[in-house]
Amino acid sequence: MAEEKEDLFSKKNISLLTDPLNDDNPITVQVLGICSALAITVQLKPAIVMALAVMFVLIFSNVIVSLLRNLIPSRIRIIVQLLIVASLVIIVDQVLKAYAYDVSKELSVFVGLIITNCIIMGRLEAFALGNGPWKAFLDAVGNSAGYAIILVIIAFFRELLGSGKLLGYEVLGHKGRTLAESTGVYHYGYENNGFMLLAPMALITVGVIIWVQRSKNTKLIEE
Amino acid sequence: MNFLRKKLDKVKPLFEKGGKYEKFGPAYFGIDTFLFVPNHTTKRGAHIRDGIDLKRVMMVVVIALLPALFFGMWNVGFEAMGAGHSFWEYFSFGALRVIPMIVVSYVVGLGIEFAYAIMRGHEVNEGYLVTGLLIPMIMPVELPLWMLAVSVVFAVIIGKEAFGGTGMNILNPALVARAFALFSYAPHMSGNAVWVANGGADAASGETILGVLGTNQMPTTSVYDMFMGYIPGSIGETSVLMILIGAAILLFTGIASWRVMLSIVLGASLTGLFFNAVGSDTNALFNFPWWQHLLVGGFAFGTVFMATDPVTAAQTTKGKWIYGFLIGFLAIMIRVINPTLPEGMMMAILLMNVFAPTIDHYVVESNIKKRKKRLQKVKA
Repeated sequence: MAEEKEDLFSKKNISLLTDPLNDDNPITVQVLGICSALAITVQLKPAIVMALAVMFVLIFSNVIVSLLRNLIPSRIRIIVQLLIVASLVIIVDQVLKAYAYDVSKELSVFVGLIITNCIIMGRLEAFALGNGPWKAFLDAVGNSAGYAIILVIIAFFRELLGSGKLLGYEVLGHKGRTLAESTGVYHYGYENNGFMLLAPMALITVGVIIWVQRSKNTKLIEE
Repeated sequence: MNFLRKKLDKVKPLFEKGGKYEKFGPAYFGIDTFLFVPNHTTKRGAHIRDGIDLKRVMMVVVIALLPALFFGMWNVGFEAMGAGHSFWEYFSFGALRVIPMIVVSYVVGLGIEFAYAIMRGHEVNEGYLVTGLLIPMIMPVELPLWMLAVSVVFAVIIGKEAFGGTGMNILNPALVARAFALFSYAPHMSGNAVWVANGGADAASGETILGVLGTNQMPTTSVYDMFMGYIPGSIGETSVLMILIGAAILLFTGIASWRVMLSIVLGASLTGLFFNAVGSDTNALFNFPWWQHLLVGGFAFGTVFMATDPVTAAQTTKGKWIYGFLIGFLAIMIRVINPTLPEGMMMAILLMNVFAPTIDHYVVESNIKKRKKRLQKVKA
């Protein structure tokens, strides 16, 4: 097979890993997985946990589906894929409930909704069904990392500007009831931007990221 | 003026193509054409053109805004200091509070406009002349200046430049600024502490009429005060009389659409009448007389200066009626039924701004269909 002759880290394979970070980013270019990017990016911590959860599910499901790709009858492939993804999501959900109960409560329904995350179904359909496990692994790592980067960027700005914290630490100072009681920038009359906590601002943040990315990366500009 | 013209002509070659500061050309021509009538002539073909250009339009709107603005300054002083002071005491107090807001709005907004014009190499558009005056007029006087600046930045970049600049925006930029400020800094944009400036001799409680109604009480303000504008509220919105003078200027010069204004009033009146007829024991707003709805809050200001914005309003004649009617309807609906927003005018206009192109599309489509049918009849 031609596949086995190929070097493990050939240029093509590396691009599987790096393309989704910028040129083919799942959120900003393919515009998939937007719903979770809006819902769980109010704070940095749940966003990171969510990114890790999606990474785990995507990597395993991509590799498993890729291994089974010649055995799955194409008529029922969606059901098989869903079964695999669902079992992995249940594992993630149980682990989170056992070891990180607070975060799991914060993420609430969105852990379960990883099953319907378009990025995962998209990669299974578009990539894992037609490629070997090693390539599927690289593809999964790349795509989930691309997802994670955008999630962390959005959550960084939303938590910093919306509640003046990062990962729960009050990096901008403490806000007391009066100016005299407040420290840091709050002492000078700064106030948190409540709009950042609402979902529309997450969408606008995604829009701004897309804007910045396209003005830097002119390949992405359509005619 | 001659001196200024000479100065401008002297440095002109530096900014023209091939000049030393070619990059800053847009900024130079922006200032030049703002100060003097441009001497451009049509180069090819004959076009029927109106003598009025975008700059003149904008200046007329600014002039129409001045009565409401000056009254707003006076009223800021009046609300803060209470009765018993002279006209100039009120006016100077208010001017000292309002002028910094206008300066911040213009400096920040025009700064961004000029930066964009230079970056993209197009001319500076005049659109911000009106927006920059509108923004402070629809804010409460106690809004910190830096919050005003942040709202202006958001409105100009996200509300306008992201869509392609003046004339391309979907939403009214001034209302984008206000909506941003409301959702971002809600405690500074609502409640009873922000409408009256601090520092007056005897500061009265500054609840707006809609705010009073929101607490399920009937306001005791006289209709005369509502009409004249001796009430707390955003800086420019209180005086219906001054806004009507502005409306007269806009309608006389043909800049604003009377159809939009009239249909908004119609929509709001009918909705108000409906709620009056239904009545309610638990919600005072149901019983608030329908015609007084037209006098309080941002209704008059929004109707005259915001909804008629030719860029964001519907363009077709039939579309304007639908657009206006729905604004009036939604504004009263939000006021009366939604407990979290005391005023609905801003949201109603923003929402209908979004729908305006859709309304126009269907009006145009139905017109095409009608004409096709007529053609078939003639053929048959």
